[in-house]
Amino acid sequence: MVETQLRFRTDEPVGDPAVTVDSFGEQTNAAAVRVEPGDDARDLIPHLDRIKLVEVNFPVFGDGRGYSAARILREAGYTGELRAVGDVLVDQLAYLRRCGFDSFAPERELNLADAEAALARYAEVYQPTTDGRTPIWAKRHG
Amino acid sequence: MYQYDTYDQAMVDARVADFRDQVRRRLDGSMSEEQFRPLRLMNGLYLQLHAYMLRVAVPYGTLSGAQMHMLGDIADKYDRGYGHFTTRQNIQYNWIKLEDAGDILADLATVEMHAIQTSGNCIRNTTSDQYAGAIADEVVDPRPYAELIRQWSTFHPEFSFLPRKFKMAVIASDTDRAAMRLHDIGIQIVRNAAGELGAAFYVGGGMGRTPMIAPLINACVPLDQIIPYSEACLRVYNRHGRRDNKYKARIKILVHELGKDEYTRQVEAEFAHLLTQNIEPPLAELERIKLQFADPAFEGGISDTLDRSDPDFALWVDNNTHVHKQPGYRVVTISLKPVGGIPGDASADQMRLMAKLAKDYSFDELRVTHAQNIVLPHVQKAELYTLWQQLDAAGLGSANLDKIGDIIACPGLDYCSLANARSIPVAQKISERFAAREQQIGELKLKISGCINACGHHHAGHIGILGVDRKGVENYQLLLGGSEGADTSLGTITGPGFDEDGIVDAIDKATDVYLANKSGEERFLDTYRRIGMAPFKDAIYAKEPVNG
Repeated sequence: MVETQLRFRTDEPVGDPAVTVDSFGEQTNAAAVRVEPGDDARDLIPHLDRIKLVEVNFPVFGDGRGYSAARILREAGYTGELRAVGDVLVDQLAYLRRCGFDSFAPERELNLADAEAALARYAEVYQPTTDGRTPIWAKRHG
Repeated sequence: MYQYDTYDQAMVDARVADFRDQVRRRLDGSMSEEQFRPLRLMNGLYLQLHAYMLRVAVPYGTLSGAQMHMLGDIADKYDRGYGHFTTRQNIQYNWIKLEDAGDILADLATVEMHAIQTSGNCIRNTTSDQYAGAIADEVVDPRPYAELIRQWSTFHPEFSFLPRKFKMAVIASDTDRAAMRLHDIGIQIVRNAAGELGAAFYVGGGMGRTPMIAPLINACVPLDQIIPYSEACLRVYNRHGRRDNKYKARIKILVHELGKDEYTRQVEAEFAHLLTQNIEPPLAELERIKLQFADPAFEGGISDTLDRSDPDFALWVDNNTHVHKQPGYRVVTISLKPVGGIPGDASADQMRLMAKLAKDYSFDELRVTHAQNIVLPHVQKAELYTLWQQLDAAGLGSANLDKIGDIIACPGLDYCSLANARSIPVAQKISERFAAREQQIGELKLKISGCINACGHHHAGHIGILGVDRKGVENYQLLLGGSEGADTSLGTITGPGFDEDGIVDAIDKATDVYLANKSGEERFLDTYRRIGMAPFKDAIYAKEPVNG
C-alpha cells in the first residue's frame, strides 16, 4: 500500500482496506471503497453514511474521470476522507483539492515544497465548488 | 471591450509565476518531458518540427490597439518578426525558445493577455462572431456570454483533463460567421416566442477525421443557466467520453454513439442536479460584463456617402467592407491574404500599423476572424479612403475577402509535426494562379488542411483540400460543396488525389465548370448544389487528348 503523503483532515485515518465499487454493495461492513476510472461514483450515494474513506485511483494523470467522481460524491453530501491515489502529480493538486480531495497518496513521492507552492499559487478562483472558496463573481457582487 | 479588474489581473499574473515554476522544474530535471507536456500544452506551448510554437489566446477574437501592438513587439523580440493568426481567432508564434516562454507571458500579462488553455485536453479559447457589436443582424452582442464562459472555463478544476480538446463558440445571429455548429459546444443567443433571450445549445460538432454537424440539444437555456448547462454537458462528456482511442475521444463521437436523445437526457439529468448546487453566476455578473461591451461613442448625423472615383478603392470597399448598424460607418476586414503570401501571417510592423489604425479610425478595437483576417469594426465612411491608402502601402490592401485567394490554411508540414503534407506552398500557388480571375469567380471559400486533423477546415470549404501522405509522397485530395455558414454542409471528395501542381489544375477545371454552368447570381457553392458532383468530376478527371 502506498503512503498517504498529504492529508488535510484532523480525524484518524481509516485503516480498512478499500474494496471495489462492485463488491461494496454486498459487503455491508466495509467502510472504505476504491473508485476506478470506469466506475460510477453515483452507485455509492445510497451508502454514504457508512463510508469513511473513498480512494479514487488515477492510473494515468491524464485520465480526468476521477475529478468528476470526487465532485459528485461531495455534491451528494459525502464528508469522509477522499483520497487521490496513483499517478498524482504536483500540478494536479490544486484542481484535485478544489474537487473535494483531502488526502493524497501519490505512487511517486512529491517534492513537498513544490506541492505547497502549487497549492498556494492561485489566491482567487472563478468557479464555486464544494470546497467552500468564494468565486470571483461572488466577491464582485458581495 | 472587456477590461480586467484586479481579480482577472491577479489570475494571469499568478499564471506567469506558475508557468515559470513549471519551466524551472522541467529544465532542472525534476519533471519529465512526459509530465511537462500536458502542462506546457495547457499553456499553448507546442513542440513543433523546428522549435517551440506558442499560441496566445485572443478571447472571442477581440483586441485593443495596445494588445495588437504588443503582439507585434513580441514577434520582434522573441520570434522572427512575424506571427500567424489562426482559425480559432488566436495568434501563434513559430520560433519560440522554452527559456523565453515565461518572459513572453509576463509581457502579455501587461496588456491583459495570456496563453491559458490554448491547447491541451481542456476547454479552449471561446470564439465568436468577428462582427459582434457592429452589425444589425445580431439579437445582442454575443461577446459578454463568451466572456462569462472564458472566466468559468479558466482553470476549471473538473474539466482540465478531458478525453480530448474542447472548443466552444458563441454567436447571436442567424448568419453564422463563426462555424458555430462545427464546435464541441456551439451556442446561439436567441429570442424565444415570448421575447425572452436564451441560449440554444448545439453539442457534438467538429471537424477532424470524423466531421459532424452539431445537433440542437436545447433550444433555449435561460441566460442565468448557461454556466450550469455547460457544466452538465461537460460532466457527461468527462465521465463517458471515450479514452481508449484518441481519434474517437471528441464529444462528437460520444453524442453520435449514445445518440442525441440519450446524450440530451443525461445532460438534462445532470443539469437538474447542478441547479441545486448554486454554481451559476448571478445575472448581475452578466450585466457587469455587458456594460463593458457597450457601443463606442458613434457620431450621429455624419455623411453616409462615399467617393468611389478611385476604382481600386471602390473594389476594396465592395469586397472588404460590410454594412454597419450605425449610419455613416462600415465594418472593415483587412485581408491577410496577399497574392502569393502565407495565409494569416502578419509582420511585426504590420501588426503595429493595424494597432495604430485601430486607434485612429476604429475606437481602438480590432478583431481576429476565423478566416485568418483582421477586422476594424467601426470605421467612418469618410475615413475609409485614407485608411485604405495606408493599408495598401503596407501590403494589407488586398480586395479579396471571401474570394478564392482568401484561403484558410493550416501551417502544414512546413511547421507542424502532425502534418502529412505542406499547406502553405499550395495556398501560395492557388493564390497566384487565380489572382487575375478572382473577381470573375466571385465568392469561393477555399480551405486547406495538411492532415486529417482538419485544422484548415477543409470539410467546410466550398472547395476543400486535404493533404495526405501516399507512400512517402505528398498527395492532395479535393473536396467540393462544404460550407460553414447557416447552411453548414460537409464537402465530398471528388475522387483520386493529385500532386501539388495537379491540385491547382483540378481547381482550375472546377472553376471553369462553375463559370460555364453558373445561372444568374449563383455562387460556386450554389451551382455545385444545383448541378451536383458529376459535371465537376467529368471535367477534373477527363483524359487529356493524346497528341498524334
